[in-house]
Amino acid sequence: MYPRPFHYHRAATVEEAVSLLTELGEDAKLLAGGQSLIPLMKLRLASPAHLVDLNFVPGLSYSKNDNGVVRFGALTRHTEVAASAVAAQIPILHDCAAGIADVQVRNRGTIGGSLAEADPSSDWAAVLLTLPAQVVCVGPEGERTIPLGEFFVDAYTTVLNPAEVMREVVVEVPPPKSGGAYLAVKRSAPVYATASAAVQLTLAENDTCKEAGIAMAAVGLTAIKATEAEAVLRGQRLTPKTIEAAAEAAMAATDPQPDMRGSAAYKRALTGVLVKRAINLALRRARGEAVEVSHIYA
Amino acid sequence: MPEEIAKVPISVKVNGKAYRREVEPRLLLVDFLRNELSLTGTHIGCETTYCGACTVLLNGASVKSCTVFAVQADQGEVMTVEGLEQEGRLHPLQEAFAEHHGLQCGYCTPGMLMSTYHLLSTNPRPDDKQIRKGIAGNTCRCTGYQNILKAIQAAAQAAAR
Repeated sequence: MYPRPFHYHRAATVEEAVSLLTELGEDAKLLAGGQSLIPLMKLRLASPAHLVDLNFVPGLSYSKNDNGVVRFGALTRHTEVAASAVAAQIPILHDCAAGIADVQVRNRGTIGGSLAEADPSSDWAAVLLTLPAQVVCVGPEGERTIPLGEFFVDAYTTVLNPAEVMREVVVEVPPPKSGGAYLAVKRSAPVYATASAAVQLTLAENDTCKEAGIAMAAVGLTAIKATEAEAVLRGQRLTPKTIEAAAEAAMAATDPQPDMRGSAAYKRALTGVLVKRAINLALRRARGEAVEVSHIYA
Repeated sequence: MPEEIAKVPISVKVNGKAYRREVEPRLLLVDFLRNELSLTGTHIGCETTYCGACTVLLNGASVKSCTVFAVQADQGEVMTVEGLEQEGRLHPLQEAFAEHHGLQCGYCTPGMLMSTYHLLSTNPRPDDKQIRKGIAGNTCRCTGYQNILKAIQAAAQAAAR
């Protein structure tokens, strides 16, 4: 199985990638980890005339904690994120990075590529929508920082211009008494999730919920931030009743497409279960418990 | 007339041996290995980044070689299943698969071996769960997973002795 022939361009710097994209126009695509783009090209669902390869640009792969702000180079592989000190500090990042697809895909796939592709089932999109997160992008007019909440437009569509390149993903380190968890249900490791839920909580001194971030993937055309579900929890004690109410609000925010993974009703119901479980896991972590979380294969 | 696509010169070390070739950009690493270098140990299974039969190591990390272009391996090092055997002797991992019936039809075996090689090189004493997670990207259509698991456990134990 072969993609259509394409011209190959190897960028040495981000700026060179931007000028190549500017020069080549909309027929050009960026190649990062390639774990979605290459299959799409082999299936001829995408047939770019030019590929601009970012993999030889030095200095795009790193993870660091910069005075309470986590910075990931856009080309940081999922495996590298999973093994990073910052993922050990913010467990929801580890849940995500260590759970994406399988080892081989995690060894190639990148955090920036996953966000920029804007697949409806992108794990990173859901997880990072629960945290204050931004992406730093470079274009012909220079650099701009885009809050992740404003980044996704539609399935496979972001606010990026064709000649813009993501350089960095920035995430604020949650305050003390915070915890998060990410759960996805999949038929097997390499496939897309049927539904997934990410929850990030911060508790107040009196054990009520001070801040809540809730987002889902694979149950709409983009990852969905469940702002009403978040509002249900904020300021409240996390009881079975409030958790149930938040799950109800999260389910109402979904817009699942029926496909071979399940009906819309099934996916919506599954989302409710995952949100509840993720809230409980996030709560235990926020209270200081070390909990191992892994995706569910069913 | 189709448009002229420039070939790209690459130099790659495969199983310790250096190769220089000019390749079409769309040439996949798996086809480069099989067709250009005649290293047919690496198998093509699903072609859609699912089954893992084409797993090789690229710069020490396991990858599905049907989902990497050969041009991306430029200046890199690849290890295929042919690289396991040393001086005519099977690698202990291969011995363990043979001993514990870790293969039936053998189609997934090169990929299973390379995923296992990568797993044990990053985690020499994996527990059961870690082994399962380590080979989650490799499909065995004979469904012989129990014996593959036993083979990997045995290989890890043998290496620890």
